[in-house]
Amino acid sequence: MTYQSQSVAKPYFIVAIALFVGQILFGTILGLQYVIGDFLFPEIPFNVARMVHTNLLIVWLLFGFMGAAYYLIPEESETELFSPFLAILMFWIFAVAGVLTILGYLLVPYATLAELTMDDLFPTMGREFLEQPTITKIGIVIVALSFLFNIGMTMLKGRKTAVSLVLMIGLTGLAVFFLFAFYVPENLVKDKFYWWFVVHLWVEGVWELIMGAILAFVLIKTTGVDREVIEKWLYVIIAMSLITGLIGTGHHFYWIGTPEYWQWWGSIFSAMEPIPFFMMTIFAFNMVNRRRRNHPNQAAVLWALGTAVMAFLGAGVWGFLHTLAPVNYFTHGTQITAAHGHMAFYGAYVMIVLTMISYSMPMLNGRKEANSNKSQIVEMWSFWIMTVSMVFITLFLTGAGILQTYMQRYTDTPISFMEVQDKVAIFYWLREGAGIFFLIGLIVYVASFFIGGDEPEATVKDAA
Amino acid sequence: MSETFTKSMARNIFYGGSVFFFLLLLALTFDTESALPELDNRENLTEEVALGKRVWEKNNCVGCHTLLGEGAYFAPELGNVYQRFGNSTDAIKGFIMSRPKDGIPGRRSMPQFNLSDEELEGIAQFLKYTSGINTQNWPPNIQG
Ligand code: HEM
Ligand code: HEM
Ligand SMILES: [Fe+2]
Repeated sequence: MTYQSQSVAKPYFIVAIALFVGQILFGTILGLQYVIGDFLFPEIPFNVARMVHTNLLIVWLLFGFMGAAYYLIPEESETELFSPFLAILMFWIFAVAGVLTILGYLLVPYATLAELTMDDLFPTMGREFLEQPTITKIGIVIVALSFLFNIGMTMLKGRKTAVSLVLMIGLTGLAVFFLFAFYVPENLVKDKFYWWFVVHLWVEGVWELIMGAILAFVLIKTTGVDREVIEKWLYVIIAMSLITGLIGTGHHFYWIGTPEYWQWWGSIFSAMEPIPFFMMTIFAFNMVNRRRRNHPNQAAVLWALGTAVMAFLGAGVWGFLHTLAPVNYFTHGTQITAAHGHMAFYGAYVMIVLTMISYSMPMLNGRKEANSNKSQIVEMWSFWIMTVSMVFITLFLTGAGILQTYMQRYTDTPISFMEVQDKVAIFYWLREGAGIFFLIGLIVYVASFFIGGDEPEATVKDAA
Repeated sequence: MSETFTKSMARNIFYGGSVFFFLLLLALTFDTESALPELDNRENLTEEVALGKRVWEKNNCVGCHTLLGEGAYFAPELGNVYQRFGNSTDAIKGFIMSRPKDGIPGRRSMPQFNLSDEELEGIAQFLKYTSGINTQNWPPNIQG
């Protein structure tokens, strides 16, 4: 660690991992409710468990992004963080608000939570992923603005690099597009239309900039390849992200009451959205192959290569699978969507945050460059268990989705939703099994932080 | 990438491309707004429907169901439930009202929300309104 203030990243990363564990515990509850319908009913209905699962995901990824920025920006800017105090203060505000919100979901019925938080004054609750009470949303905006101010001031007083600039643009975009969460018109079509300005323009827009910047940073550090080369790649990749992804939003405007022409705009542009993800894969492997040094933190390099591959599979391949309007007509809102959502979120955003944690945690824990060999081996095991489990979760959901699409939507004698769900139950059992393996992988991941701590650092010779 | 293609060229493509396609998205958004009155069934968007949408949100219905294909995939599509229930708001109200408090043993069960008469009427009218939105013939059939 070059700058003392980078250490504020550590609590962000620790809370991120803790919430990740919570997310997956609730994922296994959801998976069980899919096959044992009344599991935990009526104490924790499916919708409540789902809110906890998806909101924990988003919140821990935000913790991860912020931690990543607090580590990365001082190092890139070659100066101490503008205000470490503000960063820690915001950490506590965000952590407390997050925990209270999750407790609110679990302890009272959702309608009661809406009453308690006076949602009627400024209604924003009850939309997928944006279920947080309005007061929590306001808290998120305050935390985001203080955060942007803090890293923005740090950048202003120091060196400006493409990596830090791209990260800053991505994070600013994240905050700006979140403002659409406050726009909930009475008109359902408009409501749905602008909802995607948060969700799509996040994951297929500005978050790709965040991912690209973090990936570029870790590759510069671990491969020693010339910054000029890496930054040129970064610009081309994120250019492709926005050129395809902005109009690509249209792939959500096929069947929600919006004009028919979106079937053309959406299909054509979103069909090109895999390009930036493919380039990230080429980029990561190319840089590692051209490395000027062997970095002793081989686990971080594995995560960096893994995220590039899995993001391409989940977002690129599984996204393309159902993005053309004539296909989406049949697959829209089925288990195919869930399959894609899981692998894309895991491959791109879970794994990029874990890449950054893997790279920086050794230094945050007072190591010079890397953890001990023993710890890295455990971490790499967790990489493989979680990643392979996610591949199987995706495959099983895809199987369920294909059958569902056929039986409920495609054949001449369609049968009802609930009947179809019964018929494909075997796939949900298999998915739950893969989910348990994922949880085991996550436990191994957490364990890697407590193993081999008293052993010496891995050296380049071990790594080569 | 080759030496003649420099970092500043790449950066310019990023800025130029982003601004251009962002403006195009804005233009298409304005055009969509002007086309919506023909498509979004707004002539039937009454006070009651608006209240029904609030009931939909306050009880997080989208946490289990899809509506026009968006939401959760645990329970049936509701964009066309009005048609599936024989074009009857009473049938919708009857279903919601009669959910057992402790669920149906072993089955995926819908909670009992204890809605008032006004809320019940609102949610039923909201679902009827939604079924009148022009969705380019989606879903493919009545099963949603
Ligand atoms: C890392 C990037 C991505 C993430 C995290 C992601 C995640 C998701 C999620 C969670 C949904 C479901 C939204 C909902 O609940 O309604 C979704 C839907 C969708 N995604 Fe992605 N996605 C990504 C990239 C892509 C790409 C690159 C494509 C196209 C090539 C794509 C195509 C689609 C389509 C067509 C849908 C709508 C599915 C439907 O009609 O039900 N996604 N995505
Ligand atoms: C133990 C592993 C997991 C299980 C069993 C599981 C299960 C589920 C279930 C049952 C749903 C609800 C689907 C529905 O609406 O009907 C869901 C939604 C979701 N989960 Fe997971 N999950 C797991 C891990 C993960 C991971 C690791 C991620 C992130 C990378 C994730 C991200 C999501 C997202 C984004 C949604 C919303 C999907 C959409 O709207 O299309 N889950 N999960
Ligand atoms: Fe999208």
